[in-house]
Amino acid sequence: MVKEKTKLICIDCPVGCEINVTYDGETVLEVDGNKCKKGINYAETEIVDPKRMIVTTVRVVKGLHTLVPVRSTEAIPKNKIFKVLDKLCKIELDAPVEIHQVVLSNAAGTGVDIIASRSLPAMME
Amino acid sequence: MIEKYCDVAVIGSGPAGLAAAIAAKKAGAQDVIIIERDTELGGILLQCIHNGFGIEIFEEDLTGPEYANRFIVQAKDAGVKDLLDTMVLDLTPRREIYAFNKRDGMIKLDTGAVVLTMGCRERPSGALAIPGYRPAGIYTAGTAQRLVNIEGYMPGERFVILGSGDIGMIMARRLTFEGAKVERMIEILPYISGLKRNYVQCLLDYDIPLQLKHTVIDIKGRDRVEAVVSAQVDENWKPIPGTEDTIPCDTLLLSVGLIPENELSKKAGVELDPLTGGPYVDDTMQTNVPGIFAAGNVVHVYDVVDWVTKAGFVAGQHSGKYAIQHKKESERKLRVIAGNNVHHVLPQFLDPQNLEKEPQELQLRVKWPVEDRVWVKVEVDGKLIKQQVEKYVRPSEMIKVILSPEVHKKAVGGRELLIKVEER
Amino acid sequence: MNKIKEKYKEVKGKYDVIIIGAGLVGSIIARWLSKYNLNILLIDKEPDVGTGTSKANTAIIHAGYDSPFGTLRGKLVVDGNRMFYQMCEELDVAYKTCGTYVVALTDEDIKTLEKLMENGRKKGVPGLEIISGEEMRHREPYINPDVKGALYAPTGGIGDPFMLTVAAAENAVMNGTKLLLETKALDFVVEPFSLHKKKVSGVVTNHGTFLADVTIASAGLYCDELMEKLDIKYDFYVRARKGEYYVFDKAKKLQVKTVLFPCPTPVTKGVLVTITIHGNMILGPTAKEIKDKEDTSVTPEGLEELYKGAKRLVPKLELTDVIRTFAGLRAGGFLHDFIIEAPPKYWGFINLAGIESPGMASSPAIAEYVVNLVQEQGLELKKKNNWNPIRKSRPDFSELSLEEQGWLIEKNPLYGRIVCRCETVTEGEIVAEIHAPVPAHTYDAIKRRTWLGTGRCQGSFDTPRVIEILSRELGIPPTDVIKESKGSYFLTRPTKEVPKGELND
Repeated sequence: MVKEKTKLICIDCPVGCEINVTYDGETVLEVDGNKCKKGINYAETEIVDPKRMIVTTVRVVKGLHTLVPVRSTEAIPKNKIFKVLDKLCKIELDAPVEIHQVVLSNAAGTGVDIIASRSLPAMME
Repeated sequence: MIEKYCDVAVIGSGPAGLAAAIAAKKAGAQDVIIIERDTELGGILLQCIHNGFGIEIFEEDLTGPEYANRFIVQAKDAGVKDLLDTMVLDLTPRREIYAFNKRDGMIKLDTGAVVLTMGCRERPSGALAIPGYRPAGIYTAGTAQRLVNIEGYMPGERFVILGSGDIGMIMARRLTFEGAKVERMIEILPYISGLKRNYVQCLLDYDIPLQLKHTVIDIKGRDRVEAVVSAQVDENWKPIPGTEDTIPCDTLLLSVGLIPENELSKKAGVELDPLTGGPYVDDTMQTNVPGIFAAGNVVHVYDVVDWVTKAGFVAGQHSGKYAIQHKKESERKLRVIAGNNVHHVLPQFLDPQNLEKEPQELQLRVKWPVEDRVWVKVEVDGKLIKQQVEKYVRPSEMIKVILSPEVHKKAVGGRELLIKVEER
Repeated sequence: MNKIKEKYKEVKGKYDVIIIGAGLVGSIIARWLSKYNLNILLIDKEPDVGTGTSKANTAIIHAGYDSPFGTLRGKLVVDGNRMFYQMCEELDVAYKTCGTYVVALTDEDIKTLEKLMENGRKKGVPGLEIISGEEMRHREPYINPDVKGALYAPTGGIGDPFMLTVAAAENAVMNGTKLLLETKALDFVVEPFSLHKKKVSGVVTNHGTFLADVTIASAGLYCDELMEKLDIKYDFYVRARKGEYYVFDKAKKLQVKTVLFPCPTPVTKGVLVTITIHGNMILGPTAKEIKDKEDTSVTPEGLEELYKGAKRLVPKLELTDVIRTFAGLRAGGFLHDFIIEAPPKYWGFINLAGIESPGMASSPAIAEYVVNLVQEQGLELKKKNNWNPIRKSRPDFSELSLEEQGWLIEKNPLYGRIVCRCETVTEGEIVAEIHAPVPAHTYDAIKRRTWLGTGRCQGSFDTPRVIEILSRELGIPPTDVIKESKGSYFLTRPTKEVPKGELND
């Protein structure tokens, strides 16, 4: 068994606990330094398959603004972020946009949807 | 000129303003109006499209626009009115508001109570006295955020970011997402000034180098920024000769701190605490001017939006009560003082009678970080009334101390409440 | 000769008078000449008027006691000061008649004051008076308590050199002068005239050749480059002298009310502590001769010098409320006198060189002096009977009463939208400047006219909005909006152009 140790900063909430993780390959053996349970989950995912929420914008035609902010419904694998961003750059929505309207479903095969994070009325003339 | 009356006028529709308006309504105020200079409610949250908002209040991870939307819906449901695209020109000590907009022209608003929720602004480049030229390509992080997230334009392609505030780190990632290169983040302090998780998910994830104990000593380029020169600093923050490094770039972003926005408060005669840059407030968030309350970043700069919202609720509730009852100010107040390793503490005045009724919260920021267990001690006229342990303290993270009604007896009759942080 | 023919080929216009350089002096000359039946062209190489020395200086209206008796400068400043305030009234440009003080800190300094006063009286500077240290402390409570006395000049004051340039250029345009910006004088059209003289009959620019009976060079820092083209040399040379400044927040508590000079040295008047027409306290200038005429960089040494110098006058001074630093350039002549003449080897050419301090106070007198020279160059000057000396400034929203603000919004709703919070500048004011007789087509041009972006947030809030307004009003993409000069773009491209990045695993 090869035990490895690493230090992580939990990003699950603004506290940012510094946690020590002992692991063997993809098995997390020990976690300490975390102030809550979220730290354990974070350490386990971060060692095996790091994931991040994705937040960006998408173009809107004839909206109050030219962009609408969007986010992923849950964290996606880190290595898929730029693939998803690529896809989102090519999307153009028609105003009006509703909050939580799906902008891109199953983004880059992650099984995660990208949704609008606000409503955007059509441009007022 | 249009003349109107309202029970409570809230100036600014960010999280503090929305919360205050909702709470004022709940407290029984009839006419509650939010005045907002932008064309939509929500304030700066609308351009903060990243997630990380609302964990304390909603136990959810929301983006800025979603967080704002929750409260906008609540405010509308509660019957809060708004005046959008409207600029407040003047506020008098008698709580008269002079404002104007394109639609109505000049407006005079007489009010029963006012809540100041104008938020804060970014410290600009001029204040830093960086030598060199003044070309195009120098922006505050917040201006860049508006350009990229709302206007849809890139302010540059190769960036150096001075200061490690949260907006700066968030923008480092945001710009990377839009295909720009962030060459470096430079921080004069020996530690980052924003939250650690932003360091991980905004800088580390994208290999953006962070240089602590460095600053920008020169800006090159006449028409547009062509490079910035960084240098290491000594313990007195003076650049160390021989450590200069020229970094080619076309844009310098500044993320060097936020300042409460209190020009209007001053016009109304509201006294400001030089330590916070915001009004002196008591435990009801009332300022020294009767009937004028304040909450959120206008009072002191917060790191978590949920606390801004909670402060808005407190101010809103008491402003509502004030407007309908003209509640008298209580006479005996404790002056709250910042002691060892405490940069500032809020509220600056505490009414022991209120403490008797319900727990009271003190919020403080430390001057320097201690990455070890520390005591936070509260004393009234030299007598210890409460102490609590913190695992660590950092200037970037606000600390709360809850005083329970049991300590009321020890506080009553006291003059000064001192709060200090001591290493164990 | 072929070369001249070549130049004539591209002739774009023929004028009675061409003025090269729309700085403060050039613009005021244009305004003065526009009184007469003349066809005038005023050109400047930059996208705005007054972007050289006129935009960044100390803005003092000198009373004239210090420029030496017997010099051209010494005479014109006293005459100019007398005409200055009426000119500001006609052009609707702000000024403050707060008087100026030269502060003596030692007994030695008092002797200098006496010399200055005598020089001033000889030249006819009115009202000069040496006041006691006590009186000075009374008038300026933050002054160095060691003050021994001060020379008070009641006719001195504070002006607005940039707006004066705009207003004078506008008034000239109103009275028929043609203004061409981004038009750089590259060479002159020179023809044979007489045995000893050649005739300057026009200017070759990047936008073609313009002919004129009289050509006036008022090129400020660049006068030497033009003189070189005509092989004109003086026993002096022109150098750019850099002056650095600190600007303080208006809301600052520690504030002086007037203009405070230290006792002068042979090189410079020293670091002043003064206020601007807008009420900001400023410290400056330093005085460093430099080679590069575009070097408006601020230096750590310069800032240090300012602080030390200003502290001598106002010891309580702290830099905590500084909102901005900047540097401006002025033409430093070696002779320390103005050169305003028709060089003898040419006909139809008037040269202005070395117009340094006190150029602003002297400006109306310089203009009258130039009018006489123009006449001597053979142009018959007849006064127009429809010349209008009055130029009204456009509404400054923040200066109006609530009632007036209401009317303005009713008339034009654009005045109901705020663009700069700190200085209360509305969209209506910005649009008015963009379409004014001397148009403001860059961010800095708008900033100089409306004072937008000069407050506490230093443009953080207004910049995106101004870019949008300029783009809309000029019909150009936002990426083409510039700050000041060509190449000073704000934005590089729209977002959403496919990013190329790789994630670090």
